Amino acid sequence: MIGSADTPPGRLKVFLGYAAGVGKTYQMLDEAQELRRKGIDVVIGYFEPHGRQDTIAQTESLELVPRKILEYRGSKFEEMDVDAIIARHPAVCLVDEFAHTNVPGSPRLKRWEDVQVLLHAGIDVFTTMNVQHLESLNDEVWRIIGVRVRETIPDWVVDAADEVVLVDLTPQALQNRLGRGVVYSTDKAKKAMENFFTETNLTALREMALRHAAHEVEGRLSDLKTPVPAPTTLVPPPGTPARKERILLCLTGRPSTAMLIRRGKRVADYLEADCLAVHVERRPANGARAQALEKHMTFARNLHIDARVLVGRDVAKTIVDFARSQNVSQIFLGRPGNLRWWKIGDSVVERVVRLARDREITIVAERRR
Amino acid sequence: MPAATDKRPSPEELLRRVQAEERLAGRGRLKVFLGYASRCGKSFRMLDEGRRRKERGEDVVVGALQSPCAPDLSSLLRKLEVVPTIKARHDGREYELLDTAAIFRRHPQVCLVDELAYDNPPGSRNPKRWQDVDNILRQGISVITAINLQHIEEHQDAVERITGKRVSQTVPEHFLRSAQEIVLVDAALDDMMKRAGAREPVDVRRLSELRELALLLAADVIDGQLNNYLQANGLEQRWGTHERILVCITPRSNGEAMLLSGRRNADRFHGDLLVCYVRQSGLDAKDQQTLQANLDLARELDAEVSTLEGPDAIAAIVKFAQEQRVTQIFVGHSAPNPWQELFRRSPVDRIIQAAENIDVRIFPHPSAP
Repeated sequence: MIGSADTPPGRLKVFLGYAAGVGKTYQMLDEAQELRRKGIDVVIGYFEPHGRQDTIAQTESLELVPRKILEYRGSKFEEMDVDAIIARHPAVCLVDEFAHTNVPGSPRLKRWEDVQVLLHAGIDVFTTMNVQHLESLNDEVWRIIGVRVRETIPDWVVDAADEVVLVDLTPQALQNRLGRGVVYSTDKAKKAMENFFTETNLTALREMALRHAAHEVEGRLSDLKTPVPAPTTLVPPPGTPARKERILLCLTGRPSTAMLIRRGKRVADYLEADCLAVHVERRPANGARAQALEKHMTFARNLHIDARVLVGRDVAKTIVDFARSQNVSQIFLGRPGNLRWWKIGDSVVERVVRLARDREITIVAERRR
Repeated sequence: MPAATDKRPSPEELLRRVQAEERLAGRGRLKVFLGYASRCGKSFRMLDEGRRRKERGEDVVVGALQSPCAPDLSSLLRKLEVVPTIKARHDGREYELLDTAAIFRRHPQVCLVDELAYDNPPGSRNPKRWQDVDNILRQGISVITAINLQHIEEHQDAVERITGKRVSQTVPEHFLRSAQEIVLVDAALDDMMKRAGAREPVDVRRLSELRELALLLAADVIDGQLNNYLQANGLEQRWGTHERILVCITPRSNGEAMLLSGRRNADRFHGDLLVCYVRQSGLDAKDQQTLQANLDLARELDAEVSTLEGPDAIAAIVKFAQEQRVTQIFVGHSAPNPWQELFRRSPVDRIIQAAENIDVRIFPHPSAP
């Protein structure tokens, strides 16, 4: 039976770029053509032509599974037809624009969730994305290029891919392509170039893509290595692998908590640490506060962070006690807002810092532009 | 770009730039395809770019190719004009030299040169092929070339640790960095294995490590280019795309733990480690000794060590951190002093308050339980 638990999951290959027009889709199609010539059953599940002639030419003789048409607020939208692809059951399915958000009314919110369904059904998937769509880089991208990317993918989805291949092109070459109207029609290109495709923005994003690709390679490398042994002394001599860290993120209802979650998870991923999150409240929240909090909890859980709510009269003490009981090595807190001089030592942050002198504590800055 | 602030260059700086531009004027442009192993597709990318440029009307010739020519390259090669290499024999070995005289006479706009790291036979005018390429660039001819990470001089130690081998044919990194454009040619590991076929066993770990190094080298080169660009345009970059960790040493903090952690964190993030201490007067002999031991350790750990001056230590640290585009400050917990804490904020609290945009990590005090 298709999609049964016995089917080995399909393999996921991600073509990672840093901007529209660097050639992700082209390279994906190029590899698909090679597979087709070798007699492997490849279909296109979703393809975004953007009117690019040489890319469109690359789809020749590849089978295209028709899209599903959905109506939303009187307009028609086209989305990938997951059921039709599963019924067709190719060996490999190409899915462009991994970070896409489906139109409301679709079975799943995000295209990456559709891809999970295809993988679960035992179909290999090739997909494309840009580095700025990674959830953990959202604040960095905003700070550097001034764009708040809305369509994001949790990092674990990409980390779980079997292969992440960097598709590289120099910003100069990309700007030439834009100028020639290869990427967008020329009017649109001019606007894009002025606003987003500046040489500094492109270079910064490209550097991020290269570093992230290296991070993905390293993650797969450490999967090959043996687990880290437990420490015998407090300060191990240089060169010995450190004890596995456990990081605790302290959530609040404040909007900057999203930043704290992204940053904390990113640090945890790079240190290969466990990541927990906790919110402490004096009494159960209700109304808008409960809603804001619930949003953060869901966000944390979507990033595969073990998040829970504790009730305690003394917030700082509850956090520190919990950290000790969970063997947390590092506590992450948001930077306190404006402190008043007459309340020295009174904020939760200051109190945690005083109470947990035996732990590492990181105060996460609010990223500002 | 709001992330950068205006910075007026000094007259000396302007003069230096004008001279640099004059030197560059009339020189051809260098573009390098950087790969991480043979068969990752560098030569193909190089020839394909030559083909596309020729189709767009540029005058392109091939100056040197790896022999024997791979079958997938021959169809590309047929579309390009070749200036034959000079064959030579020395000590029973066959050599192929770039025919620079013929290339100068032919004087194309673009010359493709494969295998940038190639040793010419003893007695040649230039011992190394990259020096021939340098001469071609001086004639105003642009060069597109390809090289593997293993052949970059400065990375020989790292490569030897991974592969157990050193190569004799190398190119200095400054030549790579002089390129106007560098493109990373990435390839998925399973594709590398397929290309290798049954001919030879593929060491996944070794390939992954080389791949990671190549990605990081490209990121570093690009980071340098970004800084040059920002400087050349009178822009000062405030926030980098990679982590820079600043460890603040005092005679009383647990310097060793902070430094070891700083090194490990910087390595995990592929970032930089900086160490600073603020000069204090009236240190006793024991404090002086501890401080010296920590600074020695910092240098041993390959940190950039700086001594800061100023009446207000916190202000000096934060100012330095902002100037150095630091992303994380590591500080030690202050020794508990409840009497003092009643009236004023501790140094740690003051750093947290002052260090906008920078994370602050606080380390346990040695006296902590």
